[in-house]
Amino acid sequence: MKIIILGAGRVGTSVAESLVSEANDITMVDLASDRLHLLQDHLDLRTVVGNASHPSVLIRAGAEDADMILAVTQSDETNLVACKLAATMFNTPTKIARIHSANFLAYPEIFSADNFCVDFVICPEQILTEYIEKLIEFPEALQVLDFANGKVSLVAVRAFHGGPLVGRELQELRQHVPNVDTRVAAIFRKDRPIIPEGDTVIEAEDEVFFIAPEKDIRAVMREMRRMDKPVERVMIAGGGNIGKRLAKALEKDHQVKIIEYDKRASERLAADLDHALVLHGDATDEDLLESENIAEMDMFCALTNDDENNIMSALLAKRMGARKVIALINRSAYVDLVQSGGIDIAISPAQVTIGSLLAHVRRGDVVAVHSLRRGAAEALELVVHGDPRSSNVVGRKVADIKLPKGATIGAIVRGLPTAEGRGLGDDGGQKTKSAASSADAQVLIAHHDTVIETGDHVILFVINKKLIHQVEELFQVGVGFL
Amino acid sequence: MNQLFAVTNVLGMVVMMFGLTMLPPLALSFWMDDSALFAYHQSFVITLFCGLVMTLATRWHRRELQVRDGFLLVVLVWSVLPIFATLPFMFFMPQLSFTDAYFEAASGITTTGATILSGLDSLPPSINLWRCELQWLGGMGLIVLAVAILPLLGVGGRQMFKAETPGPMKDTKLTPRIAETAKALWLIYAGLTLSCIVAYRLAGMDWIDAVMHAFTTLSLGGVSSHDASFGHWNSALIECVAIFFMLVAGLNFASHFLVWRAKSFLPYRHDPEAGMFIMITAVSCIGLTFYLWFMEVYPDPLTALRFASFNTVSIATSTGYSSTDYYLWPIFAPLWMLFLSSFCSSSGSTGGGIKMIRAQILFKQVFREMIVIMHPQAISPVKVGGSVVPNRIVFAVLAFLSIYIASIASMTLILTLSGLDLVTALSAVVACINNLGPGFSQVGPATTFSVLTDFQIWVCSFAMLLGRLELFTLLIVFTPAFWRK
Repeated sequence: MKIIILGAGRVGTSVAESLVSEANDITMVDLASDRLHLLQDHLDLRTVVGNASHPSVLIRAGAEDADMILAVTQSDETNLVACKLAATMFNTPTKIARIHSANFLAYPEIFSADNFCVDFVICPEQILTEYIEKLIEFPEALQVLDFANGKVSLVAVRAFHGGPLVGRELQELRQHVPNVDTRVAAIFRKDRPIIPEGDTVIEAEDEVFFIAPEKDIRAVMREMRRMDKPVERVMIAGGGNIGKRLAKALEKDHQVKIIEYDKRASERLAADLDHALVLHGDATDEDLLESENIAEMDMFCALTNDDENNIMSALLAKRMGARKVIALINRSAYVDLVQSGGIDIAISPAQVTIGSLLAHVRRGDVVAVHSLRRGAAEALELVVHGDPRSSNVVGRKVADIKLPKGATIGAIVRGLPTAEGRGLGDDGGQKTKSAASSADAQVLIAHHDTVIETGDHVILFVINKKLIHQVEELFQVGVGFL
Repeated sequence: MNQLFAVTNVLGMVVMMFGLTMLPPLALSFWMDDSALFAYHQSFVITLFCGLVMTLATRWHRRELQVRDGFLLVVLVWSVLPIFATLPFMFFMPQLSFTDAYFEAASGITTTGATILSGLDSLPPSINLWRCELQWLGGMGLIVLAVAILPLLGVGGRQMFKAETPGPMKDTKLTPRIAETAKALWLIYAGLTLSCIVAYRLAGMDWIDAVMHAFTTLSLGGVSSHDASFGHWNSALIECVAIFFMLVAGLNFASHFLVWRAKSFLPYRHDPEAGMFIMITAVSCIGLTFYLWFMEVYPDPLTALRFASFNTVSIATSTGYSSTDYYLWPIFAPLWMLFLSSFCSSSGSTGGGIKMIRAQILFKQVFREMIVIMHPQAISPVKVGGSVVPNRIVFAVLAFLSIYIASIASMTLILTLSGLDLVTALSAVVACINNLGPGFSQVGPATTFSVLTDFQIWVCSFAMLLGRLELFTLLIVFTPAFWRK
């Protein structure tokens, strides 16, 4: 696939890193030549220096025969113009734009084919906010990912002593929670994957990935560990785009305190938030944390732009008694460094947001992709097409599908509307799908004898990213159908 | 001096227009043949002539008015027009002193509704119409003053009111030009008055009473053509109509305008004052109902509800009608009603007092102080209706409140010095500065202000103007700096 990435910022770079390894032709466009040089040195891609909203620059980048344009520059306006240009001048099939401003997002009609011609809108801040919101809703989970419009979730949870299922075989789960249909997709023990079988024994400290409808998440987690009290008091460090969105989303039902370093920014923040308490100060300031009762906090989220600051304030908060701390960490090296230490959850923004981009790059009808375990594993939501003759999947039982070892089918969602199945970015971006249209969809947790039909959304868990290619091929419709 | 001449030129025109407003009572007098006709003839001619002289004599000084001229013009309009308004009273009742006549006229134009006249029922209808019409005109001028002019002058945090309709309907001004805004507001005011007249008529008043009381209801003035005020009819239906229209007039007319233009009731929801105004009034009505019932003032809760709600709404909106002598109720009730009158009505309405929005800002400022004490590093702006109130405006409102309190205190002291008892003095000052009307004790709802001496009446007249012109507008004209070149 020929892909042009506009903007070599954080998102652009991490998308490039992950796509280069999947045999794509990538051209990066940015104004800063030194940054491009650096990228070119360690990634196999082409670079063009110039303003991404200028037609001549797009031509130089090879927009004429590009399959996809990814506009992820810092400026919303540039991204919008680039998509419009790609549509009118080059007829580029897929145009994806990253949009920061909630003001644009509030008017989804401007992205339509008659206007800015953006096929998919991605708002990393929004995706991250929803990601963290889920973690606050389920404080015991390490990760909660939604599939099929939130009908079914993939949850990562660390098993602890005290959970009724810990130390027992997986097949007992059905007896423990008889009314809940769930499936354990993978277990990671000391960072090594284990393909779960009925007789696999769950041990303490295991990282268990299971798939369940959202209402049953709590019941399943209760099997793995002792449950905490629900989160009520939240402190957020950093009132940037993410901190502000999170505070706004939480302030109604939680007691929220938000710390912002910049005076002006904190004043703007206070104007926008109705109930949250805005504090002007340094999140690494011990006295401030102390006087604001950090020890009483159920959740501390360090969400500034600065990795070191986030790590330090999160560590400090944990030490001073915050129940659970989350830190936003951009550098992947740091993520590995701190996750095992005092910080409960380290979130890598690139890993969280990249999934929504990857979904559009994958072959086959992929609705959602979520990177797991820092990009090593992946969870996909695929739409099955074709008939029993042209497809390797349709009309077969789950047990009969020749999946590569390490890939598991977790759940099947039947009856989702097909045409809108791929709205604007399933997670985080624009939700064009109405809840009512998918209300009658049915969630089937995959068992050996479940038969897959055409139009089903299949949720797959792939332990190793290298297997994705095989999975994609398996689900592709035979020649002649397309 | 140039400034004064330029303003006088405009004032002359206003006076001439005011002269024309004497025509309706003149016509009524002619039609009813009620012996006051001669008074209107003379007043009409004198007013027109004076206006003409003022305009012509200063025509060489005509120029575009500055912001400063605005203050002077507003003050002169509200203090000079009552002088011309006294003419029909003076001609018809020669025994009336100028002091009393001016008080009566000022009480009308400032929509206060206090009176020194008694035996209202025996006055010619045209004189009563004149009293009511003064209030209606005052209310009309007041809306324009409050919505269009005072925000421009920025009096006591009035800038805030320019942007007081938050949400999707946010307009800094209702229409691009003040003249257009004024016209739209007058239309709404006139429309509401018309519907009020019809409603009163249907509820059982005769046409003349309906017109007069509609005039004083919509202007939240409170003048009645009967000594017993609404007690005259003793009809729950009429009281209900009055309650409804008093509440309507107590809302911001800018919101009425937006509702009318948007053809939906949403702007009321976005009006930060409306909800609070209705809620406080409703809670007070219900609370006082139970209070009066438990104190056994009224035998059954329904009667208590009827009297409590009518009088509470009337006083809270600074109208000043009464259906009974509420000063005879246990003292908490009238005190609470007097307290409500000082802040309950919305800005941009015809009501008096410091206005709901200032009360909200003050209240939230108090909370902000407490939050800042608990969380020294908290950034906690004062927000009304979802938008931040700039500190400058919070200070202006604080200054407004302190002058308001200082004015009440000093004028109460002056009245007690001149020999009044404390309750009468305080309630008279509060009733006048809030443009409410009746006070307590000697100036209570069952009596009039005629017991006061000339000096005391002038103090009250001053208080009415002071409250009507939002304190600063009037006081600024008395500062030397205002006149300095």
